[in-house]
Amino acid sequence: MENRLRVLRATRGWSQADLAERLEVSRQSVNAIETGKYDPSLPLAFRIAELFELPIENVFVSPSRRSSAAI
Amino acid sequence: MARSSAWKRYNVRVIWLSLLYCAFLLPAVYGFKHGLVPGWAAYPVAILPALPIIGIFGALGRYLVEEQDEYVRMLIVRQILWASGFTLSIATVWGFLDNFRLVGHADGYWLIAIWFLGLGLGGIVNRLTLGASVRC
Repeated sequence: MENRLRVLRATRGWSQADLAERLEVSRQSVNAIETGKYDPSLPLAFRIAELFELPIENVFVSPSRRSSAAI
Repeated sequence: MARSSAWKRYNVRVIWLSLLYCAFLLPAVYGFKHGLVPGWAAYPVAILPALPIIGIFGALGRYLVEEQDEYVRMLIVRQILWASGFTLSIATVWGFLDNFRLVGHADGYWLIAIWFLGLGLGGIVNRLTLGASVRC
């Protein structure tokens, strides 16, 4: 799933390890989510959005909206 | 990758179970070899070394329950699926070859070794497809 995690992380000057520590997950997890190789569960997605104090749809791009935007 | 406390607990359990396996296996082998195991005790003594191995499967299941990192959990579940598929495939092929007398009969416990080998194979597949793996 496409997301803005890398951009949001960069604006705060956090490394992947910093973000992983704040989310209490491994750095591998952050990397996999950022690169779209892994879609986080809903609880983890909410945790990420809350950490950046943003609505979840401002962090993750809905696949259905993305496809309709392409049309 | 920094290891979680769940991973450390899993490792401690596996070490203890491995020691227990040796403690059960060595006397059993010695006992059967020298005819020291009475008939009534043969089945329990033969089964004892299997119990810690079953315990290792349980420890892996426990680790999956305790691990808080969902991505790591997914990696391990994928490894377990690869290990199981790999083992069952080999058992199926060997079974037919054995049935047609094309290979010798193999002891069933080799399946355990093949399953753990399959875990390693699953780790390689994870590394190749996702760029990440967990050693278990």
